[in-house]
Amino acid sequence: MELLDRISSTLQKGEDEQVAELTKQAIDENIPAQDILDNGLIAGMNVIGEQFRKHEIFLPEVLLAAKAMYAGMDLLKPLFIKEKVPTQGKVVIGTVHGDLHDLGKNLVGIMLKGAGFDVIDLGKDVPAEKFVEAAKTEDAGVIGMSALLTTTMPVMKKVVELLKENGLEDAVKTIIGGAPASEDFADEIGVNAYGFDAGKAVELVKELTGKK
Amino acid sequence: MKEYSFLKELKERKILLSEGGFGSMLIQRGLQPGDCPDMLNISKPDWIRDIARQYLDAGAEIIHAFVFGASPMKLSDFGLSDRTEEINRAGMKIIKEVVGNKAFISASVGPSGKILKPYGDADPDDLYQGYLEQCSIIVEEGADLLSFETFTDLNEITIGIKAAREISINIPIIATMTFDETPRGFYTIMGTTIGQAVEGLSGAGADIVGSNCGNGLEKMVKIGKEFKNATSIPVIIQSNAGIPETKGGELYYSESPDFFEELMPELIECGVEIIGGCCGTTPEHIQKMRNLIDSRK
Repeated sequence: MELLDRISSTLQKGEDEQVAELTKQAIDENIPAQDILDNGLIAGMNVIGEQFRKHEIFLPEVLLAAKAMYAGMDLLKPLFIKEKVPTQGKVVIGTVHGDLHDLGKNLVGIMLKGAGFDVIDLGKDVPAEKFVEAAKTEDAGVIGMSALLTTTMPVMKKVVELLKENGLEDAVKTIIGGAPASEDFADEIGVNAYGFDAGKAVELVKELTGKK
Repeated sequence: MKEYSFLKELKERKILLSEGGFGSMLIQRGLQPGDCPDMLNISKPDWIRDIARQYLDAGAEIIHAFVFGASPMKLSDFGLSDRTEEINRAGMKIIKEVVGNKAFISASVGPSGKILKPYGDADPDDLYQGYLEQCSIIVEEGADLLSFETFTDLNEITIGIKAAREISINIPIIATMTFDETPRGFYTIMGTTIGQAVEGLSGAGADIVGSNCGNGLEKMVKIGKEFKNATSIPVIIQSNAGIPETKGGELYYSESPDFFEELMPELIECGVEIIGGCCGTTPEHIQKMRNLIDSRK
């Protein structure tokens, strides 16, 4: 569909106003909201994610594309609510307690939204209890935690322990990221997955939620 | 107008040694996650004093006041922006006490932690005013030079340098950025190449350009060479002791002082004018570098 391709390519250029206009046009032409999201906005964001992963583009391009994506999504949201369309699933994300670095986490949030997930971003400096509580109240399937400082990493372990205590270890999967995190560390503390970068994180969340 | 001898001295001595990692040493000492590191200048001055003294004793010729995150923008993350003056003065005072005239006193100025418009919501004028405030205190406290460190956004560091230049037309300014290796060469995460960094930083008024943090020494040697090829103004390289890794839940940096001793000659050979360390390096790393420099004389 030509219009949706245009949404995708305009999003990749980071032109938020134009994306909003084209999205509105698509809605007016009665293209299903899910179609606009999947084949317009998400398709565009996937290209951006892949290009960023390959270092073909950098953070500014990603941030502008994300702005454009939000501009389109804001218009689609009311339709989804009206049509009661299920999302890909809910993911709770945040940087762990005591960690104020949130660039990586924000990127993962952008990419997850781009992939159609419902993202509950708890922000920076999130204690273990709050991750688990949010997953419970929001009925989220995944908790994503990011850390840049190693000293904050015990919080990740604590989240895994708290999930077990609450009998949630099967219902809520965990994924970690951030400079000091690693596959080994994830195994060690019993986290389900480790995402080396934002693109990989989205792939893994899809696997964890059975959407892939 | 105050006279600054640093650049003349650098030219005469050909190579100067800066200090090593500060934050990573403070974490070992008990800097708690969630605490404002720069507040340690007030709450734990002994920690700062002790680390600075260790670097001085190891032979560092440039010691930095620990005010990397003491811009009002960054302090606002901790609700402490109204204490900008107090923290910067305290940081400078400690280093002046320790160093006296035994080394050059710099002050480390870091990124705001905000992303500039249109990508983020930070206003360039606010950043300019913030750096103006921080740098005016540092210059007033008598720093011999200023070091803008670890930036990834060329626009942001340019704003910082220009603010510093408004305060002092002749204080020597070091400006470094942090690069990632990509299949197409080195770029900051914001997409700045080494060539663009050289042009932008020197154009804004920096006297010394280069890189710190983000990489271990092998990549830093490559970065150093690329800087040297791109410019004739002095170059500074401050390498991490590798990328932080975890074993048994504990943080460690894999590149030992011996590893530095082995690889550092390559960086010195290519003509880099200032060498030093960043995260994970220790006084032992700096001591090895001191010995290497001295053995060449």
